[in-house]
Amino acid sequence: MPKNISIWFFTGALLLIYGVLILATGVWALSHPPEHPVVLASLHIDIWWGVLLTLIGLLYCWKFAPGKE
Amino acid sequence: MYPALLLAAEPSRLISLGGIDIAIIAIYFVVVLIIGFYLKGQSSTGEDFFMAGREMTAWIAGLSFLSANLGSLELMGWAAAAYQYGILATHWYWIGAIPAMLFLGIVMMPFYYISKTHSVPGYLQLRFGEPSRALSAVSFGFMTVLMSGINMYSMALVMKVVLGWDINFSIWVSSITVAIYVALGGLRSAIFNEVLQFILIWVGALVIPIVGMIEAGGWDGMVARIHQNFPGQDYTHLWSTMGSFTDNPMGIHWTGIVLGLGWVISFGYWTTDFLVVQRVLAAKDLRAAKMAPIIGATFKMFVPAIVILPGLLALAVLPFKLTGEDVALATGGHSYNEVLPIMLARYCGPGLLGLGITALIAGFMSGMAGNVSAFATVWTYDIYRAFWKKDADDAHYVSMGRWCTILGVLVSIGTAYMVMEFKSIMDYVQALFSFFIAPLFGTVILGMLWKRATGPGGFWGLLSGTVASVAMWGWVKMDPSAIRYIALSPNAKDMAENMYRALWSWLICVIVTVVVSLLTEPKPEKELAGLVYGCTEIPSEAQVPMYQRPMFWAVIVIVVFLILQIMFW
Repeated sequence: MPKNISIWFFTGALLLIYGVLILATGVWALSHPPEHPVVLASLHIDIWWGVLLTLIGLLYCWKFAPGKE
Repeated sequence: MYPALLLAAEPSRLISLGGIDIAIIAIYFVVVLIIGFYLKGQSSTGEDFFMAGREMTAWIAGLSFLSANLGSLELMGWAAAAYQYGILATHWYWIGAIPAMLFLGIVMMPFYYISKTHSVPGYLQLRFGEPSRALSAVSFGFMTVLMSGINMYSMALVMKVVLGWDINFSIWVSSITVAIYVALGGLRSAIFNEVLQFILIWVGALVIPIVGMIEAGGWDGMVARIHQNFPGQDYTHLWSTMGSFTDNPMGIHWTGIVLGLGWVISFGYWTTDFLVVQRVLAAKDLRAAKMAPIIGATFKMFVPAIVILPGLLALAVLPFKLTGEDVALATGGHSYNEVLPIMLARYCGPGLLGLGITALIAGFMSGMAGNVSAFATVWTYDIYRAFWKKDADDAHYVSMGRWCTILGVLVSIGTAYMVMEFKSIMDYVQALFSFFIAPLFGTVILGMLWKRATGPGGFWGLLSGTVASVAMWGWVKMDPSAIRYIALSPNAKDMAENMYRALWSWLICVIVTVVVSLLTEPKPEKELAGLVYGCTEIPSEAQVPMYQRPMFWAVIVIVVFLILQIMFW
């Protein structure tokens, strides 16, 4: 493993994974609506939140990538 | 700093997780273990293992400082308190934290940092000698692992109530994970994971206030709905109902909040509890060490958005009312303590639900890692090295630190099972922990700011303040009517008693320290260099641009703090 990996890179990687998973789940729910939807499901907060986490994750992974000064 | 979190004995499941939610939780566990194994190679010396090499940036130290306090019981307990008491619960985040955190950064951090102490008991040894260190180290070490066990048990019970998980499974999986990553990477690993956990807590919990405010129609809509649901009760004002013990649901007067919470308890916890102070001592230089608590204070000011606001929103939007634990058990309803998971389930579908539960688990693990890493340091440096084995090499102490981490986790697990059998232990240990905080603040603050304070003064002040606190607590336990003397009113409730007891024990500590110090021989000034105001050369910041000075940011934070008090008066 490379030395001196920033904690912000780990954070970015985790947010990226979570963002993709939550976004995918939200998109899947568009075509397969749950039997018991949450309150204000029409907002599709999971899609918005998934996009936000993915973007933040990508930004942090890029900015704090190992080996990048 | 936790509110009482009473939990059901035979709970039923509140939330069902899907495959994606389980995957999100599992990924979190994998990542924290990867971080622990990655950092193992960077924790070979005592300075690395116990002090994270003293190379953390202000941001990392500041977020870790806050995260070590932001446990899941803190989140769930204060959300429950917000449902019960309304916005008054915010006092524990604002006046009960912000001034003390700024004071730590601006006034106290130079002495902790310049003295190069590795712990708060270590500072007491430098300033007052071995007896004060011994008293402080033993009480801190003992109480820290007990508190860790209580939190572990409470968290496992929450997991059972919310998810239907087996208590043994929750206790062992989470604590073994913490033991592995802290034993491998020491304080550096604990701090790195605390930063990660801090981010997760925010991204997992922030969905609730955002969607909740949309549902309630903004702040005004929420207040209108609360008035409609609970006519005649005021849940949305911070100070205007504090004029009398009987005008607010907490049964407390503003003097108790300002002097007891805002001064003694808050300053005691945030400036002398080694669990949080250790994070700041790991900063890379004095300016970073001063900035870290200010960064922590900035974020602390906004934590009510993810803790208090969900409780207030629940008052506004839930179609049913939450009750106390006993009533919930008798009627099959839901208690205050379940408010955060209920709001999570209300707004978060698959995926987001897993993220929210991960936030709660992350909160628990950050708190536990804070406890065991602080315990390992105090045990190894302030008890083992000070009283058993003074001359071992560095590798020996690192090895002791690693074993101590595992031992601390095992004692915590043992405490968790003990609490499972004898639930009243929880109340006693939480009270015991509070006995040491207020007097310790009196001892440390006099030690830092008053040259004339002597070793015997510090020791007898600390001891008498602690004994007085225990005695006052025991008096009210035996004779509940004694609360009128301790809290200055027969209408005062438990919360008020805690505030005033802390205030009196602090005053007793200060008075005894001053009197004994004046009767004993002072330390020569040259021995106080680096430890006391007036004998310590604090590096000038004249050459540093204004916007990089800690004082500049502290003033901005305090101005925002005051604006918030006025806005929600």
